[in-house]
Amino acid sequence: MTNVKVDAVAKTYGSTKVLTDISTDFVEGSFTSLLGPSGSGKTTLLRIIAGFIKPDEGVVTIGNNDVTNVPVWGRNIGMMFQSYALFPHMTIAQNVAFGLERRGIKGAAARKEVDRALEMVRLSGFADRMPKQLSGGQQQRVALARAMVIKPSVLLLDEPLSALDRRLRQEMQVELLRIQRESGLTTIFVTHDQEEALTLSDTVAILDKGRIVQTGKPAAVYERPTTRFAAEFLGDSNFLEGKVEGGAVRLASGTVVRTASMLPANGTDVTLAVRPEKMMISAGEPGTNRLDARITTVIYAGPVLSYLLETPDGMSVKLFAQNKDGVVLKQGDTISLDWSPEHTIAVAS
Amino acid sequence: MRSDSLLNEAVRGPSGPRKHRMLPSWVATTALLLPTYAWLTLAVLLPLLTMLVFSFMSATPMGKAPITFTLKHYRAFIDQPYLLNIGWTSLVIGFWTTLLCAIFGFLAAVALARATVGRMRETLLILILLPFWTNGLVRVFSWTMVLRENGFLDNVLHMFFADAGSISFLYSRYAIVLGLVHGYLPYMILTCYIALVTIDDAIIEAAASLGARWWTILFRILIPMATPGLISGAVLTFVPVIGSFMEPRILGGKVGVTMGTVIEDQFTQAFNWPLGAALSFTLLAVVLAIFATFSGVLRRGAAA
Ligand SMILES: Nc1ncnc2c1ncn2[C@@H]1O[C@H](COP(=O)(O)OP(=O)(O)O)[C@@H](O)[C@H]1O
Ligand SMILES: [Mg+2]
Repeated sequence: MTNVKVDAVAKTYGSTKVLTDISTDFVEGSFTSLLGPSGSGKTTLLRIIAGFIKPDEGVVTIGNNDVTNVPVWGRNIGMMFQSYALFPHMTIAQNVAFGLERRGIKGAAARKEVDRALEMVRLSGFADRMPKQLSGGQQQRVALARAMVIKPSVLLLDEPLSALDRRLRQEMQVELLRIQRESGLTTIFVTHDQEEALTLSDTVAILDKGRIVQTGKPAAVYERPTTRFAAEFLGDSNFLEGKVEGGAVRLASGTVVRTASMLPANGTDVTLAVRPEKMMISAGEPGTNRLDARITTVIYAGPVLSYLLETPDGMSVKLFAQNKDGVVLKQGDTISLDWSPEHTIAVAS
Repeated sequence: MRSDSLLNEAVRGPSGPRKHRMLPSWVATTALLLPTYAWLTLAVLLPLLTMLVFSFMSATPMGKAPITFTLKHYRAFIDQPYLLNIGWTSLVIGFWTTLLCAIFGFLAAVALARATVGRMRETLLILILLPFWTNGLVRVFSWTMVLRENGFLDNVLHMFFADAGSISFLYSRYAIVLGLVHGYLPYMILTCYIALVTIDDAIIEAAASLGARWWTILFRILIPMATPGLISGAVLTFVPVIGSFMEPRILGGKVGVTMGTVIEDQFTQAFNWPLGAALSFTLLAVVLAIFATFSGVLRRGAAA
């Protein structure tokens, strides 16, 4: 069931194409993250869905209605901003009631809705305070209550948590997810934080230079990136370049690497991506890919050890290992790396 | 070195890292504020005080008449009841000028604060400041050219309706208010603009996303949030307008008798400085009383 649909949307500012042919569906009740580096067009896309920006081309549908020409105030959206954007001259209760008033809900009925919304974000005792008397996290929760109380068709969030410190951000993520699940509200969440996107979302859409390069479940996008950009932006990857040869890939060094991915015709250049945590310090198992490399740096990060390595022909490789026995290997040691063809993904460069 | 540490003190406060080498913070604060207060004393308090002394004298101290202490000038409103009418006229003119300035000034400030296209904001700002750069007398006289019979206004009207009569309203209170609004509008625009530019765009967008149309945004968000700007603009307009004499004289003609012109007459024509001074202070007291009432009402309004 599709709730929000963006079809062939394009936007150009002057001579810069900010969005190019964006088509995507946001499934009813799902949590979708728009993930991409700064400047990739996430905010522009979100604001086109909200109605703050008119696309040059394309159609935006909310529910069964084409809203491309409907102004913001007529779209029934819930919006959350990075700067909270509470009305500073109104109490918390007045802030939350603002959208209800616009819908003709006043007096006791409004009071009841406001109370329920504040209860939902665990701020029941705060109705009569002013926004500036609240902490950043509390203000953001008021903003969420204000957006949710109008029962919007879609909840739009533009990096709402990036102004909060790490601990508070994690708390808010849990809160947001709980409220989203309870309400079953279609949610579109803009972020440049890949971890946030992976933990929160049902669907991740990766944007690069104004295009959606890949969409899917977090695990699917992470395990099977289709482009070099996606493999690099979402998590870490090692890239191996080579030529297709008899159903495998021969690297420049002569090493043959096997992959479970479909490969193009013999002789074609391909890029393979391997996640650093999928590589292992060799146990000599058969049926795996193997590389010899020298350790150049060991990074101790508590539960995980990162090794930066270099192969004899000068290629850099990164490996993440669980910290089971502390630091055993050191800089200058030469080791063998093992990894499965299953974890060797051919990506478009 | 000395003044350097003084500055550091003022900037970082008494808990700054170089505390052990510094003077107590009140010394720095006093030192920094002293020039301001000295200037205020010289430029505002002393002249005001001189005028206050004048207002209790029986005659202007430059004539031959002996000077004695008297309160009679403060009885002017009782002894000469026609002054009450004139005072009322001034208040009415002040009220309408301030109200019109507030309405047009606020809307202009909104346009200015929200103008984002190219160099629109700079252009608008220059257009708004233009009256500031013109000599006040020239500005007011040019209105007489526009408003008089067979003036610019009538000519434009007759271009479209050849048989129409004159719509000249020179030498009326409308003309006075028009001239005053023109002169004082920039103050209102600037004070409102300063208040409006500090409003985060996201606040307006949040209101729109919740279903607010432009008038709701104007009356529920922009005006309440920019009230400090409106109030300072109103004060900056009302006070000088009440005492203005150039616009009433030139644009008001016979009907242009206001407290401003009466007071000016005492200084330039009647050579009765004490009466002029006493009338000024009476007017000041009335204005302060109005503001006091008004701020009380505002505070109660905000508390409710
Ligand atoms: N109003 C605008 N005028 C011109 N360029 C803009 C405007 N808004 C955004 N851009 C440009 O569009 C690109 C995408 O911006 P944005 O959608 O904000 O990216 P993101 O949110 O992913 O960081 C950026 O290069 C930005 O400079
Ligand atoms: Mg952005």
